[in-house]
Amino acid sequence: MSHSTKLMTSDRLRKILSSVPLHIVLIVITLLWTLPSVGLLVSSFRPRNDVFATGWWTVFQHPFDFTQYQLDNYISVLTTQGMARAFLNSLSIAIPSTVIPIAVAAFAAYAFAWMDFPGRQVLFVIVVGLLVVPLQMTLIPLLRVYNRLGLAGTFLGIWLAHTGYGLPFAVYLLRNFIGSLPRDLFESAYLDGASHLTAFFRLAFPLSIPAIASLAIFQFLWVWNDLLVALIYLGGTPDVAPLTIKLSGLVQSMGQDWQLLTAAAFVSMALPLVVFFSLQRYFVRGILAGSVKG
Amino acid sequence: MEALPASLSQILSTLLAILVGVGGIVLLYVVMDFLVGFLPDKVQQRVRPWVYVGPLLIILAFYLVYPTLNTIYLSFLDKRSESFVGLKNYIFTFTNPAMRVALRNNILWLVLLTAFSVGMGLVIAVLANRVRYEAVVKSFIFLPLAISFVGAGVIWRFVYAFKPGDVAQIGLLNAALVNLGLEPIGWFVEKSLNNFALIAVGVWLQTGFCMVVLSAAIKNIPVEVIEAARIDGANGWQVFWRVTVPMISSTIAVVATTVIIGALKAFDIVFVLTNGNRDTEVLANRMYKEMFVWRNTGRASAIAVILLLAVIPIMAANIRRFRAQEAMR
Repeated sequence: MSHSTKLMTSDRLRKILSSVPLHIVLIVITLLWTLPSVGLLVSSFRPRNDVFATGWWTVFQHPFDFTQYQLDNYISVLTTQGMARAFLNSLSIAIPSTVIPIAVAAFAAYAFAWMDFPGRQVLFVIVVGLLVVPLQMTLIPLLRVYNRLGLAGTFLGIWLAHTGYGLPFAVYLLRNFIGSLPRDLFESAYLDGASHLTAFFRLAFPLSIPAIASLAIFQFLWVWNDLLVALIYLGGTPDVAPLTIKLSGLVQSMGQDWQLLTAAAFVSMALPLVVFFSLQRYFVRGILAGSVKG
Repeated sequence: MEALPASLSQILSTLLAILVGVGGIVLLYVVMDFLVGFLPDKVQQRVRPWVYVGPLLIILAFYLVYPTLNTIYLSFLDKRSESFVGLKNYIFTFTNPAMRVALRNNILWLVLLTAFSVGMGLVIAVLANRVRYEAVVKSFIFLPLAISFVGAGVIWRFVYAFKPGDVAQIGLLNAALVNLGLEPIGWFVEKSLNNFALIAVGVWLQTGFCMVVLSAAIKNIPVEVIEAARIDGANGWQVFWRVTVPMISSTIAVVATTVIIGALKAFDIVFVLTNGNRDTEVLANRMYKEMFVWRNTGRASAIAVILLLAVIPIMAANIRRFRAQEAMR
């Protein structure tokens, strides 16, 4: 072995050794971050008596002893505790509350980007200002109007509320995206006699699909995970209560029944986790674009 | 399984609602655009933009602008919005002992949540950038972001679970303490600890957000800059403080701003875990109580206005940044 190769191997060894702390720190942090969720998942499959007698981590003494797991908790929360109903309610709330604001925002964003009208700049600056208005500012007056109009406790009411709260960000994001599309594209379309409606449906909308996808995931998760807006506008109506309300109600009424709480919590997280794992790329993009939202 | 027909009809009505909602919205624009087509050319050009932005402006006016102005007005009225009380509600928010606890806690949330989420996010982003399994680490740290605050509340209630006496602890933290030979702690009861216990849940949720945004910024730093610093003899620590942090400072500011807004409005975690008991109150939860428990519209509005005042500097900064961007286009 020549002198130089010996030097190289010892160099490499030192490099590997010096990165050991780095790996340890990263792995420990990742484990710490994940343990709470693992505890939830494991507990949701354990029988009540086990959950109360021993910590959830004891299952890892015999991880493949499947007699210590069962599905009773899930069956119980889905049927008798009404989580299945709440799951459907969450869907009924979240899908329209995602689609309506995006549709309204897309048309407006097109106008802000490619149409000329007085007050265009000022109006858009107002939209930017509204991005961070705490929604607490709107609750009391809107609830009063809702009670008068009979919109409180209805799906329509909460769709429109989420539309209102989601719009500033949706318009902001889409306008920046649609406005950054190549100008030539639109100008030649107009020269060929395309109307604004045609330019919107044939150019602006299809080209903005990546931005719209990010926005849709963002808004969907926001609505799905929302507690406050649902509490305010649907509060007293159990028929239409989404998962978040149902779950926080269970925490208050059966705070010690961990086996049920953990199963119910996991039911409420299942869909966001699927969305998260299957569309992570778009999700990250939405987050990156959305770091100005209030 | 009697619930089945009910859910089936619910699924159908959801589908119908989606169809009507989506189709209706698009149809609305198409029909309005079509009707505008009958106007003389010159008028058409003036009217058409308002067809596109009109619905947006109406919704924003109804859902954000009008209620905001109305809340400011209500904050000067009494409990039932009947008579003018001047600054009484504001004086209450700053002098009442329970309110002062809430204000103090919001400041705690603001400082600690921001410092720890941004700090941890930055550290993890920098460290993960140096290993091959970066994507895996980031996924796990990022995951809580998909979970609702209520769900996170349940997860952490279980982590913090406390059993008095000499029995097996089923909460992770207390079991760890007992293993180390220490006494288990009632995390939500102990007044010196409970706020930190709640804020830790927020950090767990928000760090992933900070990490993702900061990581993207770190990857945008040109490799040559880092290499140049290394050649000049800078070690990892110096590169981090003298190169990485200054070069992504504007991103750090944006991320911190977002976390600050979240900290101001902190609600769900407190609502689910302690409901503000034992000195863990925060403004948003207090407002909810004023509104629905004590039915005091004046005080609830004043709390909302304080939250608005707190974000006004951020609003101004956003507008300034937007203007600067526009000037560069």
